[in-house]
Amino acid sequence: MKRIAGILLVVLGAAAGVLWADALSINGAGATFPNPIYTKWFDEYHKKNPNIQINYQSIGSGGGIKQVTEGTVDFGASDGPMNDEQLKAYQDKHGSPILHFPTVLGAVVPTYNIPGVNATLNFSGEALAGIYLGKVTKWNDPLIADANKGVKLPSEDIVVVHRADGSGTSYCFTDYLSKVSEEWKTKVGKGTSPNWPVGLGGKGNEGVTGTVKNTPNSIGYVELIYAEANKIPYGNVKNADGVFMKASLASVTAAASGAAKDMPDDFRVSITNAKGKEAYPISTFTWLLIPEKFTDTAKRDAIKGFVTWMLGDGQNYTEALSYARLPKEVVAKEKKALAEIQ
Amino acid sequence: MATASASLPGAGPVSGSRSFLSRLRDGDEIARLITFVFAATVVLISVLLVLELWRDSAMPRHKFGFAFFRTTTWDPVDGDFGALPFIYGTLVTAAVALVIAVPLGIGAAIFLAELAPPRVSDTLEFFIDLLAAVPSVIYGVLGIFIVVPLMRQFIAPSLKSILGFLPLFKGPAYGVGFLTAGIVLAIMIIPYIISVSREVLLSVPRDQREAALAVGSTRWESTWKVVVPFARSGIMGSIFLALARSLGETMAVAMVIGNDPKISMSLFAPGYSIAAVIANELAEATSELHTQSLIELGLVLFLLTFVLNGLARILIVVTSQRGAGRARA
Repeated sequence: MKRIAGILLVVLGAAAGVLWADALSINGAGATFPNPIYTKWFDEYHKKNPNIQINYQSIGSGGGIKQVTEGTVDFGASDGPMNDEQLKAYQDKHGSPILHFPTVLGAVVPTYNIPGVNATLNFSGEALAGIYLGKVTKWNDPLIADANKGVKLPSEDIVVVHRADGSGTSYCFTDYLSKVSEEWKTKVGKGTSPNWPVGLGGKGNEGVTGTVKNTPNSIGYVELIYAEANKIPYGNVKNADGVFMKASLASVTAAASGAAKDMPDDFRVSITNAKGKEAYPISTFTWLLIPEKFTDTAKRDAIKGFVTWMLGDGQNYTEALSYARLPKEVVAKEKKALAEIQ
Repeated sequence: MATASASLPGAGPVSGSRSFLSRLRDGDEIARLITFVFAATVVLISVLLVLELWRDSAMPRHKFGFAFFRTTTWDPVDGDFGALPFIYGTLVTAAVALVIAVPLGIGAAIFLAELAPPRVSDTLEFFIDLLAAVPSVIYGVLGIFIVVPLMRQFIAPSLKSILGFLPLFKGPAYGVGFLTAGIVLAIMIIPYIISVSREVLLSVPRDQREAALAVGSTRWESTWKVVVPFARSGIMGSIFLALARSLGETMAVAMVIGNDPKISMSLFAPGYSIAAVIANELAEATSELHTQSLIELGLVLFLLTFVLNGLARILIVVTSQRGAGRARA
């Protein structure tokens, strides 16, 4: 009996060893916003290539940048591009640069709760900046009212709600406000957790939504996919061409194509307030952060293989999960950039 | 411990042989050593924790020095960090929680230990232990969906109409804020106070009660003048356990405090606590200075807990001496 058990153990061990050696395990960490699509992609890619297993931890963009710089993961992911200081830190540590690869697009939408108002409101950039600076304090302020003729807005104080946790959503929103308001740019600036001049902080998309739902005369901002999934009504935002645009997968992709023409070679580009009549102005890429040099060639080939698939077939999974797909121009440019990885 | 009790059954017949005795002694030694190591681990963990927090907060300590404790700006974009609003928020919410929870908790404990029939007391104790085991995020949800709307619609307006002349109850009430966080914390810590205080009250010797009754005091007099003072240091202990819990509570507070780093006299105003800001911002802190400032906040919270616990110890010693003095007089 003991002998049989022993033999079984050896056989099992050998089998496990074979499996272990076969499956190449690649680790990544970072942004939470694209986590649903990344999980789907890595799962689908594993089904097609059973010998490659990509693990992803959605620990936040900041954590992703830190871990890939430390070298504890094979690739990172971030909702905001790495800044020059962070790029330099990576270059100093590894002797070679890190590359940005856009994967999908997201957007941020304003949501509000005004008793008695059911219409979809229009917001200009100046109005949003004014509200979040604490200068536009009443709902019937001309900055809001003039864009919403025919809607009876109350003379009530606006309760401002923002994200309390550091997030790519806040980065995208404040990046937009910095572009449309000089005062916002100098006073507050853009960041994952800026120093908000006014307002209540809600934790996560659900915290902001909960606070807005519970507080009459409030305004907040959430991710488009969150608003869509939870059927939360949201307002239109005026784009660079002066059109009040509703956020949708099409208008977000349009913002990216508008920006694609003058896309820098390192893909670190903000597409907020992008040109184009059809563009939704508070849109953003989300990026994979991939080292330019790999010592492990098997890992390098696996990651390159995945990115190639993601830019092709992978993009077909985006819309079912409410992410906007990459415009063709960007895909073509990324395929070229992929060759730089050695 | 295990070693000692394992060697005990063999000791049954008193054989008196020297080698056996020494073996037993050896067993004691081993047990002593093992348990000592376990006990030392507690100290070791605390020391490592402080060392780690100290080491990883070098940047803001050098950049801001003691100004970190005094300044009120928290601006991750410009890299300017001050801890005062968070220290203030932590202390204020804990104070509000204690003001609400202590009378309720001790009152309930007295009822359960002294006045209620044992069956009622044991049944209720079961529910209280259950409440103490509920995860804090559940209390946070309770806060968002029940306490916040109640606060905005009923509690804040009625407090304003009665006590509106106090600066504590001025200004607009959004529903979230110091008072709401304090109430949710109070709900969370009451089970601790009840549970520990009840045990302490039950452990007061019967003689004490009987002696009081024998000299003609009523049941309430024996409870209030004899039993409660006898159990005072234990009850204090339960309060400080509750205080420690409310200083460090993260999730529930982050959900209802409003997360706005401002110092405001009004309890209706939104604020921020140390634990909440660490939980909110650490994951997405992109600059090293931001991360390290959050770690320094952790160190501040540790110090705060340490100092308050030290004060608590002193208070217990002082009051128990005074109690003893009065008993002798």
